[in-house]
Parts: sequence; structure tokens; C-alpha cells
Amino acid sequence: MPTFVYMTRCDGCGHCVDICPSDIMHIDKTYRRAVNIEPNMCWECYSCVKACPQNAIDARGYADFAPLGHSVRALREEEKGTISWRIKFRNGHEKNFVSPIRTTPWGSIKSPSDYDVPSESEFQSQELAHEPEQLKIDGLPALTRDKLKQGVV
Amino acid sequence: MGLFSRRKTKFVDSDVLVIGGGMAGCGATYEARYWGRDLKVVCVEKANIERSGAVAQGLYAINCYMGMQWNENQPEDHVRYARNDLMGLVREDLGYDIARHVDSTVHMFDDWGLPMMKDPETGRYQREGKWQIMIHGESYKPIVAEAARKAATEVYNRIMVTHLLMDKTKKNRVAGAVGFNVRTGDFYVFRAKAVIVAAGGASHIYKPRAVGEGMGRTWYAPWSSASAYALPIEVGAKMTQMENRIVLTRFKDGYGPVGAYFLHLKTYTENAYGEEYESKWYENTKALVGDYVDRHPVPTCLRNHALLEELKAGRGPIRMVTKEAFQDPHKETVGWENFLGMTIGQAVVWASQNIDPKFTNPELTTSEPYVMGSHATCSGAWASGPEDYAPDEYQWGYNRMMTIDGLFGAGDTIGGTAHKFSSGSYTEGRIAAKAAVKYIKDMGKDSPQVSEDEYENLKKAVYKPMENYEVGRNEIVAGTVSPSYISPIQGLQRLEKIMDEYVGGISSHYMTNEPLLTRGLELLGMLREDMDHIGAEDLHQLQRAWELKHRLIASESVTHHTLFRTETRWPGYYYRGDHMKLDDDNWHCFTLSQFHRETGEWELEKAPVYHIVD
Repeated sequence: MPTFVYMTRCDGCGHCVDICPSDIMHIDKTYRRAVNIEPNMCWECYSCVKACPQNAIDARGYADFAPLGHSVRALREEEKGTISWRIKFRNGHEKNFVSPIRTTPWGSIKSPSDYDVPSESEFQSQELAHEPEQLKIDGLPALTRDKLKQGVV
Repeated sequence: MGLFSRRKTKFVDSDVLVIGGGMAGCGATYEARYWGRDLKVVCVEKANIERSGAVAQGLYAINCYMGMQWNENQPEDHVRYARNDLMGLVREDLGYDIARHVDSTVHMFDDWGLPMMKDPETGRYQREGKWQIMIHGESYKPIVAEAARKAATEVYNRIMVTHLLMDKTKKNRVAGAVGFNVRTGDFYVFRAKAVIVAAGGASHIYKPRAVGEGMGRTWYAPWSSASAYALPIEVGAKMTQMENRIVLTRFKDGYGPVGAYFLHLKTYTENAYGEEYESKWYENTKALVGDYVDRHPVPTCLRNHALLEELKAGRGPIRMVTKEAFQDPHKETVGWENFLGMTIGQAVVWASQNIDPKFTNPELTTSEPYVMGSHATCSGAWASGPEDYAPDEYQWGYNRMMTIDGLFGAGDTIGGTAHKFSSGSYTEGRIAAKAAVKYIKDMGKDSPQVSEDEYENLKKAVYKPMENYEVGRNEIVAGTVSPSYISPIQGLQRLEKIMDEYVGGISSHYMTNEPLLTRGLELLGMLREDMDHIGAEDLHQLQRAWELKHRLIASESVTHHTLFRTETRWPGYYYRGDHMKLDDDNWHCFTLSQFHRETGEWELEKAPVYHIVD
């Protein structure tokens, strides 16, 4: 469903423009508010809906196959670590869902530079960063050359 | 001097240049920093890495996880699974390499804060299927992007990379890339010692089922514009299995995923009259592919084949039987959250059409074809294998290096490695980056040099579509019809029509043959000529123009490969009407192609398949 922007809620902050993976949310030059300039290149990924601080962006199902009268709303709350969904059917039925989005504080991931510098022998090995510990097994599995043969199996 | 060649040029020097900030690119960026503490690591992305690539929307499952810590699966098992699903043809050395590392990637994601579902009885990750684990992955991409931002020296968002640059001192060595900033219009020259292409596969090279407002609701993201292939192809990197496009059986119109439905919810399919149909087509399928039909699980393409035959026999629509499973409130929640987590559009379609799967069995359909390297398909660049065990024919240098020195790839870019999905793509990025750091350290002071002539010529070419528009627009009063240029969307629709009608798209039930492919190549050639006359009204349209160019190059590659392989290896993905049977005597091999840009010729050859033998 392509997204659209409510005139009375949008303040033209541009968060949707910054985030849209398809580069289709732009600021309209006349109204100084966001607009979906290319609905047929919208994946309905909701990145803009989730990013909008004013909840000004909604979606209306693609006109070629979605009858009117439905809505799927999302509220993503980073502080709470949840995303909430409300699905409204054309016939008025509703369904609500809430899911966690993250189990650690935002910004808490360590840079790879914060770990000890790997040794030359680790560098020369086939192990990747944090291996073998992060594999949670004794060592990195490996094949030997004689295990690989031509033919139909 | 053209009208637009006075645009600013900005130079960015780096040791490792990562092109594309999706899963593979974020993995590469992280790993490059881990091993190359003093190196300059630059990641360049045409959108914003916070929400870019195929995982922008989120995911509800990680489809590649061994569970070696609980002895659930071993890497060899995953190789056999991928081999089986791809009808015998995968790069088993590369696939094993991803499988042996992928668990460490997933454990990193868990530590970083990705919510993993747990089995209440065992405490292990909740399995959706043998290889899949379930996650609450709405923020999968923001989490992975956070790690990449901390690792990178610099991340450049909103820069569309259009071409790779080659070294002027040493033939066949990469030296960087060029592109333009979609917001400022500045031209960027990235000079690098090693380049990792981690860009996206190809949606929108075949006409999609929805061609109006809904054309963006493709299965694969509409921003996956084949840069994964076009960038290496144009500099002469060898590609493999480009004919191995994928067709997906999905919920109708929204292309919502079926994996959780089949595997976790235990729903099943039936025809319009409530009959099981797959077994009816067993003999028919066996006549085409022989014993491959007896393998378990049944290869994805063969399940498509049975569905397509049933539709052609007039017993559609095919439906997913959900009414039973959805009586269980837990399963109903999983069914909906599965869409909300990764294909919200399917929830919208069902809400709009009053389809509640508790009361209605929803329709399924087969998608238009896509070209990519990470799902149940393995198109991409021909890459060197792991140093410790890859056969000689698969090894010419560094792991995941293409046939160009210093040019690495990961994710959709690398061919032969099906079923890597998000976690495997990230892992492959890590593998490629460690190898790239080794390559740089071994290089010493012999750094590549870019040629000023080369990037200046590319600069003119990059902005030519805006010049075409500026000049041509004056000829006409208004509107979209010009005798001297076509717009990117007009070119895209022509490309999609050619590929659909000549190269096995939906309108021919994925059927093609030599005469069709030959004619298709002629028409693609004319479109290639017309690319000199694309008109771009603004920078956004300039991005679309270059996306189209990348899609066109990938499409030509797909068509040449399809013509070369004179058999039908994957019925249900596509059919060669003139060679309807699988032919192991002649085609149990990889197809390789190389584009020679000086002559415009495509050269094709075969390469051997090595299997892991117990």
C-alpha cells in the first residue's frame, strides 16, 4: 500500500525523506510537507510510517487490488522497545498485536575496535571475529580437500 | 563539456570500500574493522543504512542457523539441503564456509539485542523449520546498522554507485568506484585498495503481476536494482548461474511469506475443489527431471511446477488451508505477526479484502521471476573459495574474491551459494572482509591508481540523462512523450515487457526457447542503445536511470545464460521449450559468463561442480 501524508499533521521535518529506502518521500515545494512522489515504487515497508514523529503518515492499499476502508497502523516506541499494530478490516473487524523490537538499550553495541586486537595467528586462521567463542562449540569445523569430488550425486 | 559536467567532484580514499549497506555490507563493514584496526573502512549506500536493503522492513525469521551448539545440524547437512533444493548445482565449498560460520553471526545478533524467540521447553531458539529460527525482527536492520556505523570510518548514505574503477597500473585490478549523491548531485570518486560489492539483487527486471500503483509490491524490494551484478559485469568479472532466476509461491497480491505457514503452523495447499494436487503431478515431473523429484524436501522449483500445472489444468485458484490452524490463538498470532514483521502489505491486502484466515483459506500465486543470490537460488559472481579446502579450480587467491584482483563480493553478489538468507549474507560479508584485509596487508605499497581520464569520462556519462532531459524537454510543450528521450519508468517498462515475453516471465508461464531468447537479445540490444537517450528530470530520476541501466545489464546476462544452458534444470522457475528435460550428462555444471566491454561480446563456458562426498 503506498503511503500518504496527512496535511494537518505533517510539519515537514523530513525524517521520512531521510529514511525511505526507495527515495520516494520528498518535501513538496509548495506545501513544505512530505509527499510520496512515486507510489508505484513503494514497497509498503512502513519505514516512513515508523519514523514519523507526528504520526502523519499512513498507508492506503494499492488501488489495483485493495478495496477501500481498511487500515494497518503502526506505533514504534524505541524507549519501550515495542511495536504496536492495529489492523482494521474493511468490514470493521479489528486485530491488535504488540511485539518486542530490541532487548538491549539503543546504542549499546560495542564497536569491533573495543575488543582486544586479534593475534597474527588468529588473522591467518579461518576464524572470523569472536570465533571460536561465539560459535559455542569447541572449534571451527573444516573440510579437507579430498572431501570434494566431481560427479553427479 | 556537457551542461552538467561542472558539478563538484569529491574524492574519498579508503582501504576497504564496501558498496551497499544491507546485511552483507554491514557484515563486511564490521569484520573489516575487527581485523583491520588501522584501516580506513568506508561503506557507501544509496539509501540510509538504518533501513536499507532487503531487510529494511524487518524479518520474522532467520532462515539459516545450524544450531551446532545443540548438535541440531552440521554444515555438511546444510550443503546437502541447498544442493538438493537447487537440483544439484551449488558451490559446496562456499556454502559449507557460510554454514560453518553462520552460528557465530546469529549469536552476535542475539547479544546485540535482536529479540529471539525461545522454545519454552528446551530454552533453545524456537525452530520454525529445520534451518529457520523465529525472531521479533522489526528492528533487525537498525540493530545491524548500529554495529556497522560504529565499525566504519565513514558511512556515506544516499550515494548511488554507478561504476567500478579499474587500476591504471595493473590490468585486471580494481581501484575504486564512482557514483553521485542523490541529494546534492555531487560526483564521488572512491579510491580504494579493496572493494567489496554487497549491493542488492534484482527485482523489476521481469514484468510484475501488478503493473499499476501496486507495481512496487514485488516480492523482493523494489530498490534491489541489480547493482550486485551490473557493477562486476561491466568490469569483466565472471558471473555464474545467472539463468537460475527464482519464482516464489506466495500469498496472492501481497506476496506474503509462506515459510512459517508451512513449517510452523502446518498449513497446507489444495486446489479450488479442496483436493491435494502435488502427488497428481509426480509422474509428469519425474518425466522431466528423473530422480530429483524423489528427493526430500521436494525442491522449491518442483513444488512450483506442480502448482503451475494444476492451474493450467483449470483447477485454480490454489489455496492455503489456514482455517484449521488459525483456530489456535497462538498460531493465529504467529500468522499475523509474521506478516507485520516482514511483509506488512499482505496484512493490508487481507484487511482490505476481508480475508481472515481463520474463516477463509487465502489464495496463493506464483510471482514474477527475480534474480538474486541468497534465497532458493544462486545467481551471482564467480568467486574464489576458502583457502583451507576449496578445489584448485575454485581457488585463485582470496576467499570471495571475484575474477578481478581486489574485487570481493558477498550476499546477493556471490553466485553458487543458495539459502544463505539474511544471516548467511551477513556472514559472507564477514568472510569477504577478512579476506579483503588480508589482500590489503599482502599488497604492501603497490596501491592501485585511478585514471583521471576514466573518472572524468564516467562523470560525463553519469549526468548525461539530465542533459538529455534539459535539451529534449525544450522540443515539446509538456507531458511525457518526447521524440528524443525516454524516461526511466518508460525504459523500465520496456525492459520488463521484453524479459516477460521473451525470457520466460509470467505471461508465458515461464516458458522460453532459443528463437525467443535470440529475439529478446536483439530487443535488449536496442534498449541498451536507447540508454544513451534516457532523460532524467531531477536527481531522483537520475537514480532511477542508473538503476535501470544496472537492471538492463543483469537482464542481458540472464538472457545469455538462459540461452547457453540447453536444458530445463529448474522446472517451476523456467522452461526451455526446446529442451524440456533435465540433462545431467551435459549440464551437471555451472555456467560462467564474461562480458568484454571493449567489444561488447559475452563469452560463455562451463565450470565443474564439486560435491562434498561422505
